Amino acid sequence: MGVIKISNLYKIYDESKIPVKAVNGIDLTICQGEFTAIVGPSGSGKTTFLNMVGGLDKPTKGEIKIDNIDIGDLPPRKLIDYRLNNIGFVFQAYNLIPVLTALENVAFIMQLQRKGKKERNKIARELLETVGIGDKLDRRPGDLSGGQQQRVSVARALASKPKFILADEPTANLDSKSTNELLDLMLKMNKELDTTFIFSTHDQRVMDKARRIITIDDGKVTSDVRKNGSK
Amino acid sequence: METLFKIAWRGLWRNKRRTLITTTSVFLAVFLALFMRSIQIGSYELMIDSAVTEAGHLQVHDSGFWESKSINDSFIYSESLKNKIEGAENVKTVIPKLETFALGSYGEMTKGFMLQGIIPELEDLRKNISDKLVEGRFLNTNDDGIVLAEGLAKFFKIGVNDTIVLIGQGYQGISAVGIFPVVGIIKYPIPKLNNFITYMSLSKVQEVFAPYHPGLVSTIVIDLKSDKNLKTEAKEINSLLGSKYEVIPWTIMLAEVVQQIEGDNVGGLIMLAILYLIVTFGIFGTILMMTMERRKEFAVMVAVGMHRGKLAIVVCIETLMIGLMGVVSGILASLPLLQYLYRNPIPLKGEAAKMMLEFNIEPIMPFSLELFIFSNQGVTILILAFITALYPIIYVNRFKILKAMRS
Ligand SMILES: Nc1ncnc2c1ncn2[C@@H]1O[C@H](COP(=O)(O)OP(=O)(O)OP(=O)(O)O)[C@@H](O)[C@H]1O
Ligand SMILES: [Mg+2]
Repeated sequence: MGVIKISNLYKIYDESKIPVKAVNGIDLTICQGEFTAIVGPSGSGKTTFLNMVGGLDKPTKGEIKIDNIDIGDLPPRKLIDYRLNNIGFVFQAYNLIPVLTALENVAFIMQLQRKGKKERNKIARELLETVGIGDKLDRRPGDLSGGQQQRVSVARALASKPKFILADEPTANLDSKSTNELLDLMLKMNKELDTTFIFSTHDQRVMDKARRIITIDDGKVTSDVRKNGSK
Repeated sequence: METLFKIAWRGLWRNKRRTLITTTSVFLAVFLALFMRSIQIGSYELMIDSAVTEAGHLQVHDSGFWESKSINDSFIYSESLKNKIEGAENVKTVIPKLETFALGSYGEMTKGFMLQGIIPELEDLRKNISDKLVEGRFLNTNDDGIVLAEGLAKFFKIGVNDTIVLIGQGYQGISAVGIFPVVGIIKYPIPKLNNFITYMSLSKVQEVFAPYHPGLVSTIVIDLKSDKNLKTEAKEINSLLGSKYEVIPWTIMLAEVVQQIEGDNVGGLIMLAILYLIVTFGIFGTILMMTMERRKEFAVMVAVGMHRGKLAIVVCIETLMIGLMGVVSGILASLPLLQYLYRNPIPLKGEAAKMMLEFNIEPIMPFSLELFIFSNQGVTILILAFITALYPIIYVNRFKILKAMRS
């Protein structure tokens, strides 16, 4: 359950004269329940890598198999459904739907999954309480701080009960207090729900909390370290 | 669906001013269009109404009468002829009359006019002639008297109970002369009629103008239950009667009325097209901006698992809401005004009045409240709104998620 197997993955941008090998041959396996940080210098290919794993971008070569389904083979509509039901996204810029309240933003995902109104509102409320926004259910994103918005987006990412959550620099826009709170929250969710987290970061404090650190440079994995006590 | 509607509705009001301006432009266009069409359709109705009242939907003549207008092209009206006409399904009423020209003389004055020999009760039922009485009474079945239009009465300086001498040419060259008491004076708003029309009972006119041919008439006026297919109806009745007769719809007898309506209508439609073109671009601009501003949001929605078709629904709802709000408010605002003007049509003066009088139409600006005027405007706007939504719909079905997210 929830095994991501990446083999021989390439992404080459050849729009300009000199092709850019943003991802240049990555092989990786990420298991259920891992709490993994992807790190590396700017332009090393972290975002490109995460976008392909999330099914938002097509690899130039190679495959991404999630529980033995090659997501590169899925037709567009199936891929949207796949993302909906299997992958949670947390974006650097939060990217909540501004016209929906915190509760509606979280419930929205479950509505896309055709869950009943009562059920989705109940789950959304519980999730928001867990992430500490229980008293601001009816606020729209514009009326929440960055840290609060990012917690709502973690709740949103969890709402579909995904196999794993992808987060591209989730703390880049947050101050250190909010960063800590968010990381603790992600860790807690990881432990309680056994949800896999894969996130990229530049932040040393974030790396410190990760259980596995994969370093990418020039589109290649240069180191892959599991900390003690991790799976 | 509920959430899609929420997203669309709240999306509309994110930029309140822009949405209000766009909606207002639709509102104004609908309001103007309704006002304009109501006047136009109203005046067409009036024109058609007075044309049909005057001529009937169809007229049966002896073939050639329409060309010659001569009493010699008349025919004998009989029960069997009437039954034949009534054999056509759509026929409502069949009324014969004998129309001819005559010269009137009273005191020093002499003047030619049209004499209509009518069956008073039936003709009054059709044309409400007795409502136009300003003096005296209307005719009875075998009346010996004559009813004059007011203009003629003034010309002759004649009043009720005075007698007028009529001279004319009767059927097949006999001379028709008689003295008749004036029993009533009617007033037509249209000078052309007011100076030209007289009525006598059909039996009396037949007695004077065709004493040897009882039952002679020049015209049978037919009113139909529905005026949808005048031409085929005319053909059908003509084939029932045979080629001795001609059956002519009012649209041919009064072709200038039809032309006037058609010409004016085209002008009106061109105006509407221009108005709607401007409004359509207004809606398009707003919808386009709304879509482009939210490229990133839309991309996120698709990224987290929303199908593009649902985004298209959101855009459609937004566009249709702008259209609908404009249409509904436009109709609601114009309805009381049009209703008032429908009941109290504006009297016309000057050039416009002159033109209408030339077409034998009362010089008022009538308004129509026909349902189709409203539904046409509403449906047109909604279709146009939908067309403006096509570009955003195509956009949301095609955009690249990552590119849109970076925007
Ligand atoms: N759409 C694109 N077209 C062309 N080149 C691209 C495109 N997207 C990314 N690149 C290039 O691919 C390389 C990897 O970019 P990527 O955004 O994945 O790096 P990153 O590790 O996420 O960097 P950062 O830490 O700054 O976010 C860079 O050299 C970048 O310029
Ligand atoms: Mg990046």
